Amino acid sequence: MITARYHREIPQRYRLEAGKCKKCGFIAFPHRLVCPKCKSQDFETIRLSDEGKILTFTIVRVASDKFSKQTPFAVGIVELKEGVKLTTQIADVDVDKLEIGQKVKIVFRKIQEDGKAGILCYGYKAVLI
Amino acid sequence: MVGIVGYGSYLPRYRIKAEVIAKQWGSDPAAIIRGLQLNEKTVPGQDEDTITISVAAARDAVKRANINPQDIGAVYIGSESHPYAVKPSGATLIDALGIGPDVHVASYEFACKAGSEAMYVAYSLVKSGEMKYAMGIGADTSQGAPGDALEYSASAGGAAFIMGKEKVAAEILFTHSYTSDTPDFWRREGEFYPRHAGRFTGDPAYFKHIMGAANAMLEKSKMSPKDFKYAVFHMPNGKFPQEVGKRLGFTKEQLEVGWIVPWMGNTYSGSSPTGLAAILDVAKPGDSIFMVSFGSGAGSDGFIFRATDELPKIQNLGVKLRDMLLNNQIYLNYGEYAKFRHKIKINE
Ligand SMILES: [Zn+2]
Repeated sequence: MITARYHREIPQRYRLEAGKCKKCGFIAFPHRLVCPKCKSQDFETIRLSDEGKILTFTIVRVASDKFSKQTPFAVGIVELKEGVKLTTQIADVDVDKLEIGQKVKIVFRKIQEDGKAGILCYGYKAVLI
Repeated sequence: MVGIVGYGSYLPRYRIKAEVIAKQWGSDPAAIIRGLQLNEKTVPGQDEDTITISVAAARDAVKRANINPQDIGAVYIGSESHPYAVKPSGATLIDALGIGPDVHVASYEFACKAGSEAMYVAYSLVKSGEMKYAMGIGADTSQGAPGDALEYSASAGGAAFIMGKEKVAAEILFTHSYTSDTPDFWRREGEFYPRHAGRFTGDPAYFKHIMGAANAMLEKSKMSPKDFKYAVFHMPNGKFPQEVGKRLGFTKEQLEVGWIVPWMGNTYSGSSPTGLAAILDVAKPGDSIFMVSFGSGAGSDGFIFRATDELPKIQNLGVKLRDMLLNNQIYLNYGEYAKFRHKIKINE
């Protein structure tokens, strides 16, 4: 059962909610309680932009059971406009033509299914612009 | 003035050609393509469903409306392929868009006309003064049984429309709905693929209901087909919308822009709504638009829209339907398509 954790992470997974330190401007994604730069605990909630670029990526050709029907697929580190980096699957792409530096857009996709009868988990993925 | 203040559409990038499906089952591709007027259709990615398609379309609708999502008082998604049998698709969508939790959400079903139903109720709530904005969405990832005629048409896509009273881009002038108990097409609970009554889907179902709603709307509005710049009808294949348009007195030119089915397939609840989105992408202020949906079982919802001076200001704020339709396609062979659509039995 992945229900409780999934539910808790909805703000960051569904709409890229992050915490911006009101004192030094550091952006924490996901949210943190204490700013790693200035130790402030005063954050405001912001929504990250949905555009960025690929910093690096790898091709998964042998995946765990849940993702085995999707191979080969690409997982990359994407840097968003705000400078925030996130790890995400890069969808709808010919993995052999993927390149570092390509511009991407963050989209809303189904990430996994909790078995045949469990909940469906949604979240972000990147697609090439 | 009440009408559409923002709209968005979405189609998956994957496609399968009618020719590929025909060859798989030993049918004559040329006869199928000519008969149904279908060249290819969209296929949802393995990570796409009615919820993700609705979110993509709705995000563009909010961008075009340029409103605070918190001001949206209702979200209705019409679909015959809601991912859950019990758990509303709209609940996921509102959290993805930052709408609510003070919002009314419901899933609608009525075969292929669930999307226009959602639009009609959203419009009515705004018109009544119950709320400032309401969103109606039609989206589907429909399945046709392997080898069945529906396999050439059942595709994936959707469109979202935000209704409001301020900065209206397309005013809704008239509506009309027409319904009767007609067993032309159905899917019983627990069945994977729908059934249809072959030729019974034509005259007693599709043509009767669309013409019923269309003629009533023309009478109400005291308008005639020549008063419209564009018309769009539900598109179960390429042929039917052309034929019903002709019977009603619309020309090929009036149907051309919304007639996206030869390259998209039938997106069910998203069919006439995506056709409308394609029209809104290019319409000019003052253009009148005629739309009638059709859902088996059976019924039709009709709308008469008129584009305003606001429409050109928002057209470029989102992705245009024909840009998605005619660019960046990823073509699948039949095996890949069967895997994507879960048509292959595997060990879990
Ligand atoms: Zn700080």
